Amino acid sequence: MTDMPDTTLTSDRSHDEPSPGQYDDAAGYYTPGAPIADTKAPDGPIADRWQTRKFEARLVNPANRRKLSIIIVGTGLAGGAAAATLGEAGYNVKSFCYQDSPRRAHSIAAQGGINAAKNYKEDGDSVHRLFYDTVKGGDYRSRESNVYRLAEVSTNIIDQCVAQGVPFAREYGGLLDNRSFGGVQVSRTFYARGQTGQQLLIGAYQAMERQVKAGTVTEYTRHEMLEVIVADGRARGIIARNMVTGEIETHLADVVVLASGGYGNVFYLSTNAMGSNVTAAWRAHRKGAYMANPCYTQIHPTCIPVSGEHQSKLTLMSESLRNDGRIWVPKKAEDCTKDPRDIPEEDRDYYLERIYPSFGNLVPRDIASRQAKNVCDEGRGVGPMVGDFRRGVYLDFADAIERLGEDAVREKYDNLFDMYERITGENPYEVPMRIYPAVHYVMGGLWVDYDLQSSITGLFVTGEANFSDHGANRLGASALMQGLADGYFVLPHTIRDYLAEGPFEPLDESHPAVAEAKASVQERIDKLMSINGSRSVDSFHRELGHIMWEYCGMERNAEGLRKAIDMIRELKREFWTDLKVLGTADSLNQSLEKAGRVADFLELGELMCIDALNRRESCGGHFRAESQTEDGEALRHDDEFAYVAAWEWAGEDQPPVLHKEDLVYTAIEMKQRSYK
Amino acid sequence: MNLTLKIWRQSGAADKGRIHTYEVSGISEDMSFLEMLDVLNEQLNELGEEPIAFDSDCREGICGMCSLMINGEAHGPEVTTTCQLHMRSFKDGDTITIEPWRSGAFPVLKDLCVDRSALDRIIQSGGYISANTGSAPEANSVPVPRDNAVRAFNVATCISCGACVAACPNGSASLFLGAKITHLAELPQGQPERWSRVVDMTAQHDHEGFGGCTNIGECAAACPKEIPLDVISQLNKDLRTAMRHGH
Ligand SMILES: Cc1cc2nc3c(=O)[nH]c(=O)nc-3n(C[C@H](O)[C@H](O)[C@H](O)COP(=O)(O)OP(=O)(O)OC[C@H]3O[C@@H](n4cnc5c(N)ncnc54)[C@H](O)[C@@H]3O)c2cc1C
Ligand code: SF4
Ligand code: FES
Repeated sequence: MTDMPDTTLTSDRSHDEPSPGQYDDAAGYYTPGAPIADTKAPDGPIADRWQTRKFEARLVNPANRRKLSIIIVGTGLAGGAAAATLGEAGYNVKSFCYQDSPRRAHSIAAQGGINAAKNYKEDGDSVHRLFYDTVKGGDYRSRESNVYRLAEVSTNIIDQCVAQGVPFAREYGGLLDNRSFGGVQVSRTFYARGQTGQQLLIGAYQAMERQVKAGTVTEYTRHEMLEVIVADGRARGIIARNMVTGEIETHLADVVVLASGGYGNVFYLSTNAMGSNVTAAWRAHRKGAYMANPCYTQIHPTCIPVSGEHQSKLTLMSESLRNDGRIWVPKKAEDCTKDPRDIPEEDRDYYLERIYPSFGNLVPRDIASRQAKNVCDEGRGVGPMVGDFRRGVYLDFADAIERLGEDAVREKYDNLFDMYERITGENPYEVPMRIYPAVHYVMGGLWVDYDLQSSITGLFVTGEANFSDHGANRLGASALMQGLADGYFVLPHTIRDYLAEGPFEPLDESHPAVAEAKASVQERIDKLMSINGSRSVDSFHRELGHIMWEYCGMERNAEGLRKAIDMIRELKREFWTDLKVLGTADSLNQSLEKAGRVADFLELGELMCIDALNRRESCGGHFRAESQTEDGEALRHDDEFAYVAAWEWAGEDQPPVLHKEDLVYTAIEMKQRSYK
Repeated sequence: MNLTLKIWRQSGAADKGRIHTYEVSGISEDMSFLEMLDVLNEQLNELGEEPIAFDSDCREGICGMCSLMINGEAHGPEVTTTCQLHMRSFKDGDTITIEPWRSGAFPVLKDLCVDRSALDRIIQSGGYISANTGSAPEANSVPVPRDNAVRAFNVATCISCGACVAACPNGSASLFLGAKITHLAELPQGQPERWSRVVDMTAQHDHEGFGGCTNIGECAAACPKEIPLDVISQLNKDLRTAMRHGH
């Protein structure tokens, strides 16, 4: 994919549309709050800020470190890397995950690769270029100091991983190979076949297991964090449920880190793992951590479509397929049930090639996704009927096979074609693949400052769980980079500045904050177990997902969002009165686990809709129908919305409070993207 | 399609456990095996019977969380994980027996869920390269011949699912162990700890109660990631060398 030309945004409000300043779409759904700012990033040239911060961050004497305890929730790239590094430094680390082994965190599923500004190809890459691409890819909605630092430490990540034995792809000479990825002009992506996330995570996991052996890290698997303990203004621990015995456990520490991943499963169907959840983040939100830009969702265009109501999750097919496959649907709705091979060329609509003649099938993710939805909404989708629509478009390799030969295509894509056949039972060498967009990643997350500290003192948030680096859209191969940057190289420095004030006064389990947190967890579980209604957890989750996808998915508008908010509120009421959870709370109970997660998704879903309603502009993955150019492209409104929306929980059934953090760019100029 | 399912139910570690028989209908061949169990669980919930506990997370064949002995075969009849097995591998009217992994080193927690933490403890005993964060040299300062890199990668794709153990009449984890030994032994970075690693990890393997390898090969046949049997030869070879060097 080539780069997009830039055109500087002048006053692009071409039509008669009133200025968005005249709107307050979310009026009544929120309370305006005081502006906020990041106070931790040092001033000065952007290239010096991280060095300055590292130097200014206070040190902790090695002899004191083992007296300082750190809780880390999550063992993905962000949490696993941090546990290993902080363990090596000599702190006393407690690590939590809900799976039966830390190595199964969802990072394991990442396929394509990890970016780093090594410039091994001598193709003009640099820290500054990676920084620039990431800010631009995020549609100028990320915080520039954080992104610059990410680009800066990216090179150390590769060194570290290679030293751990991560088997990256190599050239014949034995040096590391790179490929290009996701809408940039340089080759800076390091990869391990289609399993980069797996290999990086195994590296971090092994480093962490080494610390378990060394006694600095204690791991708690099959443990789910259900509450954060905030005592005397500081995060001091968590309440977790032992998922095997059902015991509600209190874990105390000097500092708490959440590396609990993304919340894409609010849509029920996504490419996330079944257990991916928002509970850790949401519980912290309810205790005072701001949730930033929750509506920013990335919907990936090339996933295997839903095949029926039974569907439990969606599978990603690598974006690279769009290099050779041609995307089309029938021109006429009545052709949609025909064998695609019988539809003549003139009756096919290669809609991306038609609408975007210069980028064609290689338009960015958000565009490709939205156009697929449009043609299916028009009734021209293909594949099985799911609900009222056929939700699928063809990705056709017939031309590529004719041009390159089947062997060449096999060489490039064989494992993907196999996976496709396993799941669908269709042979893509003979019949065009069917694909459809699916929820894949969330850019939104808990608000953090430059130190990755949330608005709760002593609560740090890393990886996909925070909001900081990807703005309104994430570039391919950048999430792995962020997870490892946060875990290996950023958090270990910033957290020491905080810990230099510790050890804090020992907390007793009888402290009111501890007792309160524990009692509230117990009460909630008792409530979930005692509703004794008629509907299963999954049925609620599926219904919520349906609402989110319909009204807060690829295209959003004010009317739909308001409707969704009403529907979610109603569904939430029903959930708390008609849920049925069998089994007991004091044993392994997967329905109970899911019920707790869905309860939190219901609250998050409402906030996502409010955030989307407030942001009356289109940017990155957030497309508001009311804010588009004459030819239907996304239109940002920098004068109104160049801010981070950080939402504060205001209490049960209270409108949330909106705090705005203005985005100020000093090292980069804001531009509008164009793909035509 | 309509199916008869004979499923192992066990309320907890203390319970003896037994097979229950269930009927499911309206199963589509596009469903994955676990989605078929989801359907059964929804039915059970409706009827007031506690759903069956089974593990899964990614449902993409990569996290290693899913397990299940299906008609006596680990991960069922295809070379893939249980979560990637689809119902088109079965036919209408089939009876399918579903049990947890069977191995002394993997105690049953509930129904079809087992405790595989023994595999983590094997890694803790030496399945890593000691390289503290920040101490790494420039990545390209040590070239790795492509063949070694490829072999290291191939065996590093083990997902730690434990199917090899479940399939082995001896309950040995040699394939899992051999895969990790081979991964790290193929790389220059893995050399300094190579001999102590194989000794320590093998000792931990035995300590956990996994059996010895008698070259039956059921493990490699069951492995969803096609880890080749020759990693066990590598394991044995490294172990002999280490012993000779007095490790
Ligand atoms: C199919 C797929 C492919 C992808 N491919 C790429 C790619 O090629 N390149 C790229 O850069 N990015 C990719 N991504 C995105 C990337 O994989 C993720 O964003 C990233 O791995 C997230 O890492 P993390 O450490 O923040 O969280 P995760 O890896 O999701 O880890 C979350 C951890 O938190 C734990 N946890 C969560 N909640 C709780 C709780 N309540 N209590 C206790 N523990 C909890 C979990 O057990 C887990 O250990 C892909 C994503 C998907 C879905
Ligand atoms: S060697 Fe194969 S069967 Fe054994 S744990 Fe690894 S992936 Fe599973
Ligand atoms: S659920 Fe992850 S491998 Fe099967």
